Amino acid sequence: MTEATPRLATYPLTRERAFDPPDELARRRAEAPIQRMTYADGHEGWLVTGYAEARAILADNRFSTRPELLHSPIPQRGEFRSEPLTPGFFIRMDAPAHTRYRRLLTGQFTVRRMKQLEPRVKEITESRLDAMEREGAPADLVESFALPIPSLVICELLGVPYEDRGKFQHDSAVLLNLNSSIEEVRAAVQDLYSYLHGLVTTKAKEPTDDILSGLVAGGELTYEEIGGVGLLLLIAGHETTANMLGLGTFALLTNPGQLATVRDDPAAVENAVEELLRYLSIVHIGPTRTALEDVEVGGCLIRAGEAVTLSLGAANRDAERFEGGDTLDVTRPAHGHLSFGHGIHQCLGQQLARIEMRIAFPALLRRFPNLRLAVPAHEVPMRSNMAIYGVHRLPVLW
Amino acid sequence: MKIKADTGRCIGAGMCVLTLPRVFDQSEDDGTVVVLDAEPPADLEPGVKRAVQLCPSGALSVEE
Repeated sequence: MTEATPRLATYPLTRERAFDPPDELARRRAEAPIQRMTYADGHEGWLVTGYAEARAILADNRFSTRPELLHSPIPQRGEFRSEPLTPGFFIRMDAPAHTRYRRLLTGQFTVRRMKQLEPRVKEITESRLDAMEREGAPADLVESFALPIPSLVICELLGVPYEDRGKFQHDSAVLLNLNSSIEEVRAAVQDLYSYLHGLVTTKAKEPTDDILSGLVAGGELTYEEIGGVGLLLLIAGHETTANMLGLGTFALLTNPGQLATVRDDPAAVENAVEELLRYLSIVHIGPTRTALEDVEVGGCLIRAGEAVTLSLGAANRDAERFEGGDTLDVTRPAHGHLSFGHGIHQCLGQQLARIEMRIAFPALLRRFPNLRLAVPAHEVPMRSNMAIYGVHRLPVLW
Repeated sequence: MKIKADTGRCIGAGMCVLTLPRVFDQSEDDGTVVVLDAEPPADLEPGVKRAVQLCPSGALSVEE
């Protein structure tokens, strides 16, 4: 056995290369897929970088996601534990409280429902491409394509006016910025929550055909809870797919052979999207859970109260599960990746995200077969300071 | 092979429908799993096994 490297003090965030998780995480995975890590508050918890171990923890309801139990793996979010939970923010609840909210929403996000949205997503995508053509190159692909498509779709689904995007895109950016102070995050949450709560009150008087109105009419949740559910879905619905589209396009532009497959072979697109999800793993940090009782994982005994932080990026590159996982190969069987999570909190909107990406990537590449970066690759500003990784901007020509 | 689905555990992620729509569907009401064919033909066995494996909530199992 090689001598163990010193215990990691907090979770590494710096990605040495645009598309790879921090090298430190790969080194740790090679050493031990589950190992001790010191947390920002001095707590002695765990770091999980192996696929099998991460998947087992995500599937195990003996690990809690409740904020009051959490320890932060990074110094920037050390004080957040004491923040009161926004009503209806079910991603931070355990079963059965979580189940109640999720059940009210799952019928809206089924594979069939999302399939029915395809014509509308295509229409939105084509209209963004038309606008890019009209306005001409160069363009920032994030602003003109990657962000508007999922923002428009989630606004229509929820019943949030797209004209208000300035507000929610700004507040989301503050929330996800790991360098925001607790005061800034608190203000952004309050601002966005008040906005959504106001919208819910309006929908109670004048219902429209959308998810927020449906929740009001259902009568099972208070307006406060619906406001919190709306907050969660609005952030989750646009920041994630937007960053997959931006970062995914960047990755394809630097891998022309892979790009050609996505552009030219419609049968390859479904799997290509799974592979991009696996390879890019845009959840930049965590998730973090807390053991509610003593649990053994991968030969390690995690004691009740101890924190575990998973690296989805490191787990998705684990050679035990994905051979040659550090290479982007849109033809590899990529199913089973952990980019949408696993267990009861697995992404509610994942089938929507798939539809959006399956439509948007090939449409973009076919409309602009000569699409290319307008700056050298190393000058593309990366989102290393954000909870969701990606590109801040992607200047392109065609 | 007989498929068993626990709708109490199901969280409506839709992975089974995505994997094998000939065998799995989702309730219009709450998105939970609906098994269309609980004893599918042998040629669908690999797909069923993959759906069971991908299910995030452990709601699906098969009896040989």
